[in-house]
Amino acid sequence: MINFLKVSIFSLLMVGGFWGFSNFGIPQIKPAPPPVEEKLDLGAMTMDQFIALGGKIFNGKGTCTLCHNKMGRAPMLDAIGKNAPERLKDARYKGTAKTVEEYIFESMKNPSAYVVAGFGKSGTNDTESPMPDVTGGGIGLNEAELAATIAYLQDSGGAEVTVTIPAMPAPGAEAPKAEEAAPLKTAEEVIAKYTCGACHKVADQTGEIGPNLTKIGATKSKDYIRQAILEPDAVIAKGFTGGMMPPTLGEQLKAKELEMLVNYLAGLK
Amino acid sequence: MFMLPAFMPAASASEAAASAATAAEAPAPAAAAETAPAAPEIAIPVPKLTEADYPQIKGVNARVTVWLVAQLHLWFGAFVVAVPMFVFIIESIGMMTRDERYDNMAYEFIKVSITAYSLTAILGGLLSFGLILFYPDLFKYLSAVFKESMFAYALLFFAESAVLYIYYYGWHWLQGGNKKWVHLTLGLLLNAVGIQLMFLANAWTTFMMSPAGLDPAGVFHGDTWAAIHNFLWNPINIHRVVANVAYGGSIVGAYAAFKFLSAKNQAERAHYDWVGYNANFIAISALLPLPFAGYYLTAEMYAYSQQMGITLMGGVFAWIFIIQAVLIGALFLSANYYLWCGMGRSEGAHRYNGRIKYIAIVLVAAFLVWFTPHTLVLTNSELKSLGGPYHQILGVFGIMPAKNTAVNFLLTFTFMSFMFYRRANKVATVSWAAAGNAAQIALFAVGLINIVVLGVYYGYFTNTVYKVAASIPQVLTTLTIIIVSTVLDTLMYKGAKDVAPLHWGRMSTRSQYALFLLAVSFTWLMGLMGYVRSGIRQHWHISNIFRDASPDAYTPGLGYAASVVSVGTIIFMAMVIFVFWLSTISGKHVVAKGYWKEQA
Repeated sequence: MINFLKVSIFSLLMVGGFWGFSNFGIPQIKPAPPPVEEKLDLGAMTMDQFIALGGKIFNGKGTCTLCHNKMGRAPMLDAIGKNAPERLKDARYKGTAKTVEEYIFESMKNPSAYVVAGFGKSGTNDTESPMPDVTGGGIGLNEAELAATIAYLQDSGGAEVTVTIPAMPAPGAEAPKAEEAAPLKTAEEVIAKYTCGACHKVADQTGEIGPNLTKIGATKSKDYIRQAILEPDAVIAKGFTGGMMPPTLGEQLKAKELEMLVNYLAGLK
Repeated sequence: MFMLPAFMPAASASEAAASAATAAEAPAPAAAAETAPAAPEIAIPVPKLTEADYPQIKGVNARVTVWLVAQLHLWFGAFVVAVPMFVFIIESIGMMTRDERYDNMAYEFIKVSITAYSLTAILGGLLSFGLILFYPDLFKYLSAVFKESMFAYALLFFAESAVLYIYYYGWHWLQGGNKKWVHLTLGLLLNAVGIQLMFLANAWTTFMMSPAGLDPAGVFHGDTWAAIHNFLWNPINIHRVVANVAYGGSIVGAYAAFKFLSAKNQAERAHYDWVGYNANFIAISALLPLPFAGYYLTAEMYAYSQQMGITLMGGVFAWIFIIQAVLIGALFLSANYYLWCGMGRSEGAHRYNGRIKYIAIVLVAAFLVWFTPHTLVLTNSELKSLGGPYHQILGVFGIMPAKNTAVNFLLTFTFMSFMFYRRANKVATVSWAAAGNAAQIALFAVGLINIVVLGVYYGYFTNTVYKVAASIPQVLTTLTIIIVSTVLDTLMYKGAKDVAPLHWGRMSTRSQYALFLLAVSFTWLMGLMGYVRSGIRQHWHISNIFRDASPDAYTPGLGYAASVVSVGTIIFMAMVIFVFWLSTISGKHVVAKGYWKEQA
């Protein structure tokens, strides 16, 4: 019986050690919630807003930055305007595109039409791309999202933006669910939806890239907070760099949601 | 609109059914015709679910319930599939050497697994029940896709039960001469059926990760073999076979340790010391190739989907590999510690004692390199004071080439520990012993230098492609050291002299706790990696095909997962100790004097 107890206590201590290390020895990262289909009001969008939407898709739903980043997993796209015409002339090009816009579109739908040297699937001699078709599977971009991403890549890649904003609303937004179209009900929901916690410490989120907002109301007024949301680079908090916070929240938030968020943050003292 | 019709979700289960009917009537698209022309009448679309499609029971968390039951089923399943593998080998050794101790040990192992087999079946039933209760549409879909194989699974399960019971209960009946061969053949059959059972279950699991046999619209047309033979099926099969043997070895090692600690006399202690040594040997033998099987599985995940690979290694799960490093460090250190303690069984081993500390230093250093994270999560001020997200000196240990080098060192030096243990009490008598020793020293030295050169040069001074590719020759170097050294040693120590008597049972109590540490760490590690394997599907029941719409569709964080795994491990260990206890009382025979009527 003594041995049984000793062995049990030893095993419990080991399990407790592993549990403790996993909970307190490493950073606790909260995985992002599953993406939700958003309503796109394309009719009211300017081209700048459309490009900003493309940027959001590129960095978010499209999961493009998982590979198109400085770690060398996939080619960088910051000079696509210069690179695309050269690639279209390359003997290895297998597609049918004639313009930069068509090339980007084709690369997203049929990535193996042209594989940049060194980025092909292992053993395929750069004839097959590891990139998935972004209109299918887990990414599933629709026509409007594809067009917005192309506009963003043209804009950021030094090419002329030739994309036109689709006239019809995105198919996913044709019959939005009532709960998706309605404004969010609480500030916490707004914070969760717009992933403020990825950078800021606020609500139950623990982001550390941006300023800590847990006591923002003690030192800042509602007007300051409202401006910080609508024009994030108007005033940069000490110790932080500008250009980090998305400047498009003003277009994305509903008026009711914005005021709810401002009141919530102003109340954090 | 570019959204393919297949990815336009049906609004409800009824719409999905209607879509299925339409798909059945409509001519198959060209791509679909290529994948499933034989049975165009079968068309099973993926249902589009809402939260309402998931039954809820107040006070019961569906995900945690199914998670725990599935994990317990897997732990027991892994054990009962693994035990017959090494029981078969041990029985064969017994037949070859005519040493009855091996036969008795094999019987003792299978006796432990008999109770575990019942628990595996009960937990499998509970898992099916949980899936039907909480995830009815997912279960229905998987049943529709794997219909034939599920039927085959049921038949195999009956076959497994029949063979196992004949094998176990017929052990003392089928002894000697041809009868023993019949018994051994039954053991082989038991393994063949058990492995097939596991492969079938693996097919269902891997289909959820890398679905196959579906047309571009995501509709299944009846090619069950394609669904079974999906991209990740074989990599998981290989990984699980190797891991199961290591795991089974660690559990029977814990059994031997428990019996050793509870032993009433020296004979019992000697017996269970010997059993524990063999169990640890089994665990280490499978532990050595296990990292390679894991590496192959991960590489195949990347090959299947770069996104999946990056989510696994570079996304939210990246930190899990630091926890994994701690656990594997615990596994290797405890296995080595047990071997070093084992050298105390003989005076002949003393000559090697001085070298142990160097092996320990290398093992700890390798563990620390593996343990070093690449990117640190830092506050703004910490980032500034460090000058970047990577530590200027330790940052170089954070990338894969350093970790691959460390793992290969960990394996090579663990093997060296084993070689020392094996040689400890013997002196080679062959004429070429000195040359053989020199060849082995050269083999280790050249091999280790090669591993370092490959890791440092190709890891840091060439481009990314070579970084990954260099891991293959590193692995081959380690395997070469192990295989060539084993062959040399076997030939060299043929007919070797014993230096001093071997005292089985002369082991410290602490050494037995090392065996427990091995079993607990292994169990916890399997639970953790199960969470990752399942978690990389993120919010999909079936990757990119069948979306999870339940309230628990989000991926749980590491701390939460660690809590579930810890609770599961405690339940499992409690059940295992119960199994050990049952095997103890099954051998006891109490004479109840005066209770039974005297027979005339």
